[in-house]
Amino acid sequence: MPHDPSSRPPLLEMRGISKTFPGVRALNDVRLSVYPGEVHSLMGENGAGKSTLMKILSGAYQADAGGQILIDGKPVTIDGPLAARALGVAVIYQELSLAPNLSVAENIHAGRELRRGGLVDRKGMERGCEDVLKRLGASFKPHTLVGDLSIAERQLVEIARAVHAQARILVMDEPTTPLSSRETDRLFELVRRLREEGIAIIYISHRMAEIYELSDRVSVLRDGSYVGTLMREDLSADSLVKMMVGRDISGFYKKQHAPYDPGNVVLSVRDIADNNRVKGCSLDLHKGEVLGIAGLVGAGRTELARLIFGAEEKTRGEVSMHGKPVKLRTPRDAIDAGLVYLTEDRKGQGLFLDMSVRDNINITVAGRDAKAGVMDLPRGNTRAKDAIAALTIRVPNMRVNVGALSGGNQQKVLLSRLLETKPDVLILDEPTRGVDIGAKSEIYRIINDLARSGVGVIVISSELPEVIGVADRVLVMREGEIAGELGGHSGTPISQEGIIELATGSKVALDQAA
Amino acid sequence: MANTTKHHETGNAPVAKAESTTQRQSRIEHRERMQVLMRTAGMLPVLILLCIGFGIVTDGFFSFQNLSIVAQQASINIVLAAGMTFVILTGGIDLSVGSVLSAAAVTALLASNIPGWGWLGIPAALAVGLGFGVINGLLIALLRLPPFIVTLGSLTAVRGIARLIGHDTTIFNPQLSFAFIGNDTLFGVPWLVIIAIAVVIVSWFVLRRTVLGLRIYSVGGNPEAARLSGIKVWGIQLFVYAISGLLAGLGAVMSAARLYAANGLQLGQSYELDAIAAVILGGTSFVGGVGSIVGTLVGALIIAVLTNGLVLLGVSDIWQYIIKGLVIIGAVALDRYRQRGSART
Repeated sequence: MPHDPSSRPPLLEMRGISKTFPGVRALNDVRLSVYPGEVHSLMGENGAGKSTLMKILSGAYQADAGGQILIDGKPVTIDGPLAARALGVAVIYQELSLAPNLSVAENIHAGRELRRGGLVDRKGMERGCEDVLKRLGASFKPHTLVGDLSIAERQLVEIARAVHAQARILVMDEPTTPLSSRETDRLFELVRRLREEGIAIIYISHRMAEIYELSDRVSVLRDGSYVGTLMREDLSADSLVKMMVGRDISGFYKKQHAPYDPGNVVLSVRDIADNNRVKGCSLDLHKGEVLGIAGLVGAGRTELARLIFGAEEKTRGEVSMHGKPVKLRTPRDAIDAGLVYLTEDRKGQGLFLDMSVRDNINITVAGRDAKAGVMDLPRGNTRAKDAIAALTIRVPNMRVNVGALSGGNQQKVLLSRLLETKPDVLILDEPTRGVDIGAKSEIYRIINDLARSGVGVIVISSELPEVIGVADRVLVMREGEIAGELGGHSGTPISQEGIIELATGSKVALDQAA
Repeated sequence: MANTTKHHETGNAPVAKAESTTQRQSRIEHRERMQVLMRTAGMLPVLILLCIGFGIVTDGFFSFQNLSIVAQQASINIVLAAGMTFVILTGGIDLSVGSVLSAAAVTALLASNIPGWGWLGIPAALAVGLGFGVINGLLIALLRLPPFIVTLGSLTAVRGIARLIGHDTTIFNPQLSFAFIGNDTLFGVPWLVIIAIAVVIVSWFVLRRTVLGLRIYSVGGNPEAARLSGIKVWGIQLFVYAISGLLAGLGAVMSAARLYAANGLQLGQSYELDAIAAVILGGTSFVGGVGSIVGTLVGALIIAVLTNGLVLLGVSDIWQYIIKGLVIIGAVALDRYRQRGSART
């Protein structure tokens, strides 16, 4: 869609926005202008200030004095979420904010319930949102319970709620993270339709491909400051990365470790199953090998990893390490045997957000370090200090709560916790999800270093370039089974096409090599 | 300071700007320090204000005798609230402590009546407390029943058991062999107070200095993450309910020693509510993972001071209840309001 911003006045203008938290300047004199009918992407590493800026726009935070927000050219004060809503600002958060026990209609009307004679008018609400749902191409009904919907459908409900509330500025924060590629396509179609209706969309994402596909303009923040805005035609990966990071990142996906030793199997899994999502999988992991596991969302990759790790109960199958059978019934067993797992759900299942960086790093090894149950505090401090230095975790000090860190730094804290156990086998489930480019390249470096030091690493990832770039060998899962193997000694080189073929089963799959 | 003045004398623009940055920095640091202080101090200012207030409007609040009475009255609640702190830190709740205390106290008095073996009352009470705590813990940790439901059930059932073993009468023992616990002092400090302080110190040590303590916080903060970190969540849960039971047993010893008597029906009624109130006043989060035993101590003292002060003022029993309830709500509201400033990014 041709777009000429100069033809109309900006719908939203933020000028001179600063925000200071105790000890941290989160935003420093940031500006942003967004036109109606524009998809304006906001990029920057985690911690660059994107979320803070959006929280100021949505009224969750107050900017420091001196900044100005204009809507339709008029200065406005956004002193709370209600004020933001009244001005037509709506935010679709990463963590969806719907009530699962209420119906779609009730969720769409949340806070603005229709009443008739003092009672809630359910029928009226259902009729009222039929129109919006149809317009957005929803396949579910207004009376459906939100808890029965898929993640993608819930997201649609959130968008419907915003549209129904006559939102004119829609903020989408990493909306595609939980979506499959088909769902993502559908979301993009919807975003374009909203744009045509004249809604301004502020789109936050780490995925370059999405930025190219959707954006009319891209603004970049770095370390809380405004770096610049690029028009669609000026977009390039080089320029964006340079703007975001402030430096060149070379050797992004380069494998820097020696080829693994095929004679030295550290982990061997035979015919493991859980009677549900995993239907008999076998794999071998070698010393110093990075083994990628690819597949569509729902193919059973995470379930397989959790089964090996002992986090779920298996119904059959054998696991052996260094050639000896091991019984990993609980995560504790696995950790003691030298096998650790990085969860894909960092905040929900990984970190203790109210606990310090130090305690988060030490939690698993605290028992080993302790004497008669009493913590070895100096040891713990040293461990935390060394880990912060080794993984370049950016924190003011080790006593800050992990919840206050950016995604990339949180991920490194979680990774440090695992590395403190000195594992032989490391299973990383989506290690770079929600992590900015700088931290991403650092995580790849860490994976390389680990492989070089002889650790066997399994990397589960939905990002094909990542799997291809980082893995020596790739297993592809489909519907709970290992559909095939690429790279290594399989004779088939690792390629994007090869993975997609195996993952979707669009061609006859290779027999499993193992 | 001298440095700042010097900057002023030079008077050019960039330096003036630098100076304002330094000022802002120091203001931020100051605020940060204050917030840390506030968090550690918790409800201490409220306690101090209450003491000062009662000191002014009543005669003899600050007399040694009265303070000693306050401490003794607080001691049993401090012991129960310490156990409750462990439980609430894991995100649980133990509603049964009052009933467990009553059953353990009845058992203690029955055992104390055995000629020549009167001291058996102490281990008997502790064992009964620990036993009920372990049962609560097993139901919650292994059968995965909700703590509220399990301990609500044992609140009722154990109350019945207390009446059953005491034949629904009051058991007396005027020659109680361990009565010194409830009535004597060591270097002028009542034994009850010494026990309460010891429990607080041990609890503080366990929570802050041992691996067990770290695991208790982590289970409360994020149980799934704790499990994936290799922590036996069920073991931690079993432990905290067992400790809560054991401390209820200790509370029973203290109570029996003070009263020379125990009644299965009346003793310990609504003690669980005072214990929970102390924990919550102490700033421990109801969802688990955040809180401290020192906070709980302050919370229990607030309740005791309030009760004592209102009695000294001659406020009627009815109004005491109303005022105490309102103070609990008000204090926690104040706390929430105060903590809102510390934004999380």
